Amino acid sequence: MNSLTGTRLLIGLALRRDRVMLPSWIVVFLLFAVGSASGTVALYPTVAWRVAAADAVNSSPILVAMYGRIYDPTSLGALSMLKASVLGSVMVAVFAISIVVRHTRTEEESGRVEMVHSAVVGRLAPLAAALLVAILASGVLGVLTAGGLIAAGLPVAGSIAFGLSWALTGVVFATVAGLGAQFARTGRSTVGLCLAVLGVSFLLRALADTNASFASLRWVSPSGQLQQIRPYQGDNFAVALLPLLVALVIGVLAFNRAASRDLGTGLWSDRPGPASASAGLRGPYGLAWNLQRGSLIIWACWLVIFGAILGNIASSVNGFFDSQQVRDYFARLGGSAAITDAFLATEMAFVGLLVAAFAIQSTQRLHAEEASDRLEIVLSGSVKRWRWTMSHVVIAFGGSVLLALAAGLAAGLANAQATADSAQIGGIVAGALAQLPAVWVILGVALLLFGWLPKWTVAAWAVLVGCVMLGELGPLFKFPQSVLDISPFVHVPKLPGAPFDAVPLLILIAAATAFCIVGVIGFCRRDIL
Amino acid sequence: MTDVISVAGLGKTFGKALALDGLDLTVAAGEIHGFLGPNGAGKTTTLRVLLGLIKASSGQALLFGQDPWSNATELHKRLAYVPGDVSLWPNLTGGQTIDLLGRMRGGIDPARRAALIERFELDPSKKCRAYSKGNRQKVVLIAALAAQPELLILDEPTAGLDPLMEVMFRQVLAEQSNSGQTVLLSSHILSEVESACDRVTIIRNGKTIDTGTLADMRHFSRTSIAAQLHEIPSGLSGLPGIHELQVDGNNVTFQVDPDSINQALAVLSAAGVSSLVSAPPTLEELFLRHYSPEGSPSKASV
Repeated sequence: MNSLTGTRLLIGLALRRDRVMLPSWIVVFLLFAVGSASGTVALYPTVAWRVAAADAVNSSPILVAMYGRIYDPTSLGALSMLKASVLGSVMVAVFAISIVVRHTRTEEESGRVEMVHSAVVGRLAPLAAALLVAILASGVLGVLTAGGLIAAGLPVAGSIAFGLSWALTGVVFATVAGLGAQFARTGRSTVGLCLAVLGVSFLLRALADTNASFASLRWVSPSGQLQQIRPYQGDNFAVALLPLLVALVIGVLAFNRAASRDLGTGLWSDRPGPASASAGLRGPYGLAWNLQRGSLIIWACWLVIFGAILGNIASSVNGFFDSQQVRDYFARLGGSAAITDAFLATEMAFVGLLVAAFAIQSTQRLHAEEASDRLEIVLSGSVKRWRWTMSHVVIAFGGSVLLALAAGLAAGLANAQATADSAQIGGIVAGALAQLPAVWVILGVALLLFGWLPKWTVAAWAVLVGCVMLGELGPLFKFPQSVLDISPFVHVPKLPGAPFDAVPLLILIAAATAFCIVGVIGFCRRDIL
Repeated sequence: MTDVISVAGLGKTFGKALALDGLDLTVAAGEIHGFLGPNGAGKTTTLRVLLGLIKASSGQALLFGQDPWSNATELHKRLAYVPGDVSLWPNLTGGQTIDLLGRMRGGIDPARRAALIERFELDPSKKCRAYSKGNRQKVVLIAALAAQPELLILDEPTAGLDPLMEVMFRQVLAEQSNSGQTVLLSSHILSEVESACDRVTIIRNGKTIDTGTLADMRHFSRTSIAAQLHEIPSGLSGLPGIHELQVDGNNVTFQVDPDSINQALAVLSAAGVSSLVSAPPTLEELFLRHYSPEGSPSKASV
């Protein structure tokens, strides 16, 4: 038996466990790519239109930061795949990370790997199987995407380059997750570690794209390297060797570490903690705070960084545009009135989505506690069900306020510092806070699922992804307003800039409250799983 | 004596699956009651109904004379529960967990907490993720025992404990009982129930099939006899109430119903006895007879 014995068996097991998840993710990505392609083709029929739109993007630091630069303004492919290339590859990276972590550290944490290792399975087989499954999935995703884009009418070579860039994103971040799983103790912290790496990679690329003196940084970042394949604008296939090399090095490090460490250990061993509980840890609220504060702090750090970057970039936006068409382009992206305001409003919508992701994650602690049977011990104490539910909901609710405030303040202060004008701070903070009622509707949906369909709690993420898709692709496909209205984020006034209107916010708050109450009632009436 | 737990005709279905099918269970105040059944018989489901975690589909379950579903929080101040499969918060220490669980029941006695930690040899400053299964179980057990509730509900409590800790557990259980606490002990480990319990209820497929004291149950059961004789006995096989008779030269082994013991011994002594071993039925035998598929009691005994 060598250290890879049993890999094929474990690949079979992983594919069996993921037989629904893998194809559905891949289909979503395919729809995203093909949807972007076919939607934009109709939108920009002539070269002149494309050049105008591409110029608009390139002259806007914030769009360049979010989506990357357009190198060939005449290329239809480059324009249509603008969002899909960078934002899409972030999602592909998350996809690859989640596959690998799910089959490595999460399994190890649960103790199932111990059982697997006691069978005829080599020490490196679980890692090898997880990486191969992720690489296989990325490869299938790349091939299907390339085929879909060709079918949508984009050039063949560019489409292949695009598929390749997505596939390689998956490969690189699969190995990152493989290495991360050797260091972190739990599946959750491994995901956190990998997302931090992804965030840094994204930020380095954004910095390189928006600031010429940092341009060389893009070669340090996998996202930057992958971007330089430049699908539809040169198709530099040779650049693909670079991320491949990075993946190889990280992969070798991961296998090295996996071969030498003890099962179940991470980089740090457990230190002893307090032998008795502090006064704060006295009931469900203390417990929920203890469980959630770590991730809340990390979220807050990220949103402060994100907000500060947005605020800083927004300060340099004004005065870039003169043509009516460019203004139209941005009006379509979200805002109205002054262009800086439109940018900030658009970016505050991103803040809203991030805060909603926190709210879902936080609310889903309820389900995690129930699924792990820890809830049973809590409820066998003298703890009312609604009180236990509220202990986590209060943190999801309060945390979302805190995060929106942190991002808004950071953006406002950074903007004020760059423009030497602090009058904007209030408006920017208001723009961030205005997202909250929509966030709470998503929180309410998550709670509703937990209360009535506990096995489908995870569908709350699908609801959020659906809202993102509606927001990003809905206008492109010219969906009727009644369809776009499904997303709560559509109803948020686009502050700063647009006039403040309290009515839709109050309606959103009422809906969120109703969802939460009905969700809690559902939980109080149902069996514990 | 008032009944702490009274369950009558309890039914519970999960979708189409029938988990409990008219189960009866009565636990009097102050007794240690064994709740026996093979895996999947419905023990844990019954306990979860009693804790108000799930709602009964039919029948009645009363805890201290009240409905556990609608009065869960009030009732839980008077009881403590130790699940069979304990999972704890990985980033809390054992000591923190004991305090937290105690506070959620309305406070624990610090002196008792310290004494129990000492007796069970638990290191309370370790993180729960570093504990073995047995140590996780100790954490919850200590939290439950330290609370000194009127009723202790234990679901296979010694599954992860080593033999020394098991002895310790039995001692503590006896002390609890002496101080008037009621204990419901679910188990499939027969020796545990045999040594600890005043009365037992045996269930199978969600139904109660027997309940009573062990003495009552032994009364209905057979005695195993193994004897070495001077000559081959005659007339043993013709006696009523003799089962599983095996004759190997001068050695015989058989089982005998209580009513026939006298006649059987007469036959043996007529043949001249050189050695005789008789054993009371163990709970294992009771169990095997109760759970042998589709009533083939003759094959059930050892």
